[in-house]
Amino acid sequence: MDHLEKIVSDALEQFGRIGDATELEQAKARFLGKAGALTGLLKALGKLPADERREAGSRINAAKDRLEAALEHRRDALAQLQLDARLAEEALDVTLPGRGASCGRLHPLTRTQERIEAIFRSIGFDVADGPEIETDWNNFTALNNPENHPARSMQDTFYVENQDAGGRPLLLRTHTSPMQVRYARMHAPPLKVIAPGRTYRVDSDATHSPMFHQVEGLWIDEDVSFADLKGVYTDFLRRFFETEELEVRFRPSFFPFTEPSAEIDMAFGAGPNKGQWLEISGAGQVHPAVIRNFGLDPEKYIGFAFGSGIERLAMLRYGIHDLRLFYDGDLRFLQQFA
Amino acid sequence: MKFSERWLRSFVDPSLSTAELAHALTMAGLEVESLEPAAPPCSGVVVAEILEVARHPNAERLSLCRVNVGEPAPLTIVCGAPNVLAGMRAPCALVGARLTGADGLAFEIKRSSLRGVDSQGMLCSAKELGIDDDHAGLLPLAADAPIGGDVRELLELDDTVFTLKLTPNRADCLSLLGVAREVAAITGASFNAPAIAPVAAKSEARHPVNISAADGCGRFAARVIRNVDAAAPVPAWMKQRLARAGQRSISALVDVTNYVMLELGRPLHVYDLDKLTGGIDVRFGRKGERLKLLNEQNVEVDETVLCITDASGPIGLAGIMGGDSTKAETNSRNIFLESAFFYPDAVAGRARRYNFTSDAAHRFERGVDFDNNVAGIERATELILAICGGEPGPTADHVAQLPERKPVHLRSARAARVLGIDVGDAEIAAIFSRLGLSSVSTADGFEVTPPSYRFDIAIEEDLIEEIARIYGYERIPAKQPRTRAAMSPQHEAVRPLLQMKEAIAARDYQEVINFSFVETDWERDFCGNDAPVKLLNPISSQLSVMRSGLAGSLVANVRYNLNRKQGRVRLFELGRVFRADASVDDGPLTVAGIAQPLKLAAIAYGPAYPEQWGLAERKVDFYDVKGDIESLLARANARFEPTTHPALHPGRAAKVLLDEQPIGWLGELHPRWQQKYELPQAPVLFELDLDALLASPIPVHREVSKFPPVIRDLALVVDESVPAEALLEAMQSSRPALVQELWLFDLYRGKGVGAGKKSLAFRVVMQDTSKTLTDVETEAAMAQLLQLLVQRVGVKLRT
Repeated sequence: MDHLEKIVSDALEQFGRIGDATELEQAKARFLGKAGALTGLLKALGKLPADERREAGSRINAAKDRLEAALEHRRDALAQLQLDARLAEEALDVTLPGRGASCGRLHPLTRTQERIEAIFRSIGFDVADGPEIETDWNNFTALNNPENHPARSMQDTFYVENQDAGGRPLLLRTHTSPMQVRYARMHAPPLKVIAPGRTYRVDSDATHSPMFHQVEGLWIDEDVSFADLKGVYTDFLRRFFETEELEVRFRPSFFPFTEPSAEIDMAFGAGPNKGQWLEISGAGQVHPAVIRNFGLDPEKYIGFAFGSGIERLAMLRYGIHDLRLFYDGDLRFLQQFA
Repeated sequence: MKFSERWLRSFVDPSLSTAELAHALTMAGLEVESLEPAAPPCSGVVVAEILEVARHPNAERLSLCRVNVGEPAPLTIVCGAPNVLAGMRAPCALVGARLTGADGLAFEIKRSSLRGVDSQGMLCSAKELGIDDDHAGLLPLAADAPIGGDVRELLELDDTVFTLKLTPNRADCLSLLGVAREVAAITGASFNAPAIAPVAAKSEARHPVNISAADGCGRFAARVIRNVDAAAPVPAWMKQRLARAGQRSISALVDVTNYVMLELGRPLHVYDLDKLTGGIDVRFGRKGERLKLLNEQNVEVDETVLCITDASGPIGLAGIMGGDSTKAETNSRNIFLESAFFYPDAVAGRARRYNFTSDAAHRFERGVDFDNNVAGIERATELILAICGGEPGPTADHVAQLPERKPVHLRSARAARVLGIDVGDAEIAAIFSRLGLSSVSTADGFEVTPPSYRFDIAIEEDLIEEIARIYGYERIPAKQPRTRAAMSPQHEAVRPLLQMKEAIAARDYQEVINFSFVETDWERDFCGNDAPVKLLNPISSQLSVMRSGLAGSLVANVRYNLNRKQGRVRLFELGRVFRADASVDDGPLTVAGIAQPLKLAAIAYGPAYPEQWGLAERKVDFYDVKGDIESLLARANARFEPTTHPALHPGRAAKVLLDEQPIGWLGELHPRWQQKYELPQAPVLFELDLDALLASPIPVHREVSKFPPVIRDLALVVDESVPAEALLEAMQSSRPALVQELWLFDLYRGKGVGAGKKSLAFRVVMQDTSKTLTDVETEAAMAQLLQLLVQRVGVKLRT
């Protein structure tokens, strides 16, 4: 049976050598096909004597199984090679940048304002906004700052040509405090609101912008005290700057619309401004005359108000040193606030 | 308020360092804005007597001085000062002395040779000691200055200048006396009020005074002093205290009035008696009356301006400034002193109306003690007699009507409620006593009568503030309030503002914040607004009108960035815009006559995408930005129709409608503005009402069909001028029920369609929720759509 061995070894040698699927099928035909070498041996079995026929048959079939297994194995190997080649060919440079548009960012003041809102919302404050061209009454008189009062010169006011019903020129609000009055007249107590927004004063230099942002805070109820103001504002600053290493001090001041009034200073426990007192806010217990202008009874309702500069908070938070950067619209500055 | 610490400590001397004293003042509400040394450091500067002055052998302008500094042997010093004289005393920096240069750096005096002569020190000018700019000559010292004595001590150079930032309610602290009183109250140190003794009259000289306006002038104390030497030199100590209070020495009479004002908080005025025409009358002005003030300003008064007058008419604005015609000068011999009380309401705002202010107005507007008028006269008389001599007449005190000091009731319980801490009656009583507030106990608290110098105590809260201030804000605890836990409404139909801003930022727009005031040109060019809301007092002409649209600011932002080599600029801003609008009434959130809605605007300039390897570069166009708007308005059904807008290219401008209401516009910048504002390419802009952007209808669920959809296309040919929307509207107008969706998916122009025509292709999705559709049904639906298009728009089926 040297012949059978030869066929098998030829077939295995050829299957192993062939690197192409079509050629492999052609080789299969040469050995296992209708006219194939092994098929020829099977056909020749009938010519053998009966006693040899059985053994020869089983040997040929075994050889056939062997070849078919080898063929299958080779088929798989070739398919794998083909797949590997395709995958290699399809490989990408995954380090190339992604395609399409980039993304814009929010202004650092928006970001700061949002932080402030989120912190106050977390203890149930509402957020309100209102007109920026205001009446003299809302901006001053209702806040216990009558005409000719020396306190008016604390703020340099922009006036516009248009007038109110009483013939007084309308003005650009010098603080967000008019929203105290507006909000109080729209809602029943308890009043618990912050009002961030644009404000205006006639002042323009490296540390003053004629337009800037403030956030007003107001909490009126039957028992909201100066001690509560101290607690809430101290808490706010520690949450805003995300540090307990922050000292807050309240010192007496004067605003027509609060009494007692306080100037709030803070000092970081670490960082470049460590230990330095920084003015951060004006605040106080809302003046009884203002509570009356809310339409409420000051005997029944008391509470606090504060007004803080949003730019100041943003500058301290993000290490910005020049106020004017906020209003230049310079992409190189703005895009840093991702 | 600026003053010398030494002067203050002459009235009250707490055992606190300068820094501790400053901290105590700040924490009591008298904010110390700055502390500055009265003079820079120096050492080794002593009083020298100049014994002899000789010409320098080798230099015309230098003198050779023999100087006695208290040593056994006199020194030889070369000096260049023109005023050096034998017999005078002057500061001398000895060899080894350290001075501070004009650059702020210390330097040492060394033995040196000046033009061949050895100089053993330096005779000093005021400038060399850093106490004045005067370097014209040596600083002359008093003839009795102790030779060899330390000049630093002699001139009290170890002193600190305090600057207080006083709040408008604390006019009582606009004097050394007032600050000292406050320091005593804060620290508990004893207060040595200046002893003011009446100066006896030496004549019966008087000048008549009448107060016609008792509601303006409550009191007018006065005195005549005859035969003064108004040209007498001002003593150095007075000059020095004035200088450290920021007042330059002017003349003896002016300096005395300034000194008494600073010391006692008592504004005074000196008239030249010989220039007065008849008696003084304090009355309100009359229309048409005019006067020339001390500052040379000519003003016209009226019935609202309180005036000091004589027979010639107004000779001064009461409590503000005297007149030029009656002013005392260095040649005046006989003078008339005024020490009046004017009501704050009669003075407030008047100076500002004339565009100036004065120390007197600053004080009277805020309230001046009405009980020290006579003391002020006596103190001034004493100083004038000491400096200028003269014979005083009697002090005449004309009292018309003084302010009432009504007792103020303090309820201890109210104080505890407002402050959040119970200070206790004993401590409250102690605080009142330290503040000099006279109080009596009542059943529930105290009755307090404020003193004549306090104009800020009228209601209970004023007293609560005083209690808190002296008790110490630092001692009030910081409480975390207990509060009701009511949930707040969350309106789903209004998108949160932040979410909307993030949505537009995600479309690659960077947020900017611009000033609300802009150039007049921008309003005309970008808003077509010839009548913008004008500022009466703009900061500059570029910031003179309120913007009624945001586009101008965004165009300026683009230019700013283009100038900084940023070729692709995409920005948005959210802000109020302002327009006169008679239909707006006063309301909870409105101001009559002015519409001020919030708008969102954006601008896209340059390439549609950032420069990158995987996309061919192309300029951003109308449809890119329209896509951005559609994504922002995804929750609503926006429609766009052609429009004209002053800012926009007339063929590339659209009005945006939501529920048929216009909510804004979109388009390419008009080529005219592109040229005027120097933009190499045309940006695309839009501006929308914020309210419309925030509207977000709550979704209502619709059944999803289980049956397969049938999808068909419809390709049509129409005239170029027919807008795509006309076809959509035609189909929607009578859409068969089974048509679920319908959209334009292709636009083709060119071969096979014909000139002046375009082909639009629509995809139609048909589906039924209860059964599979048959061919007959879908064919009928398609035929119906085509028929609508043919009838209403005149399309042809593309073949």
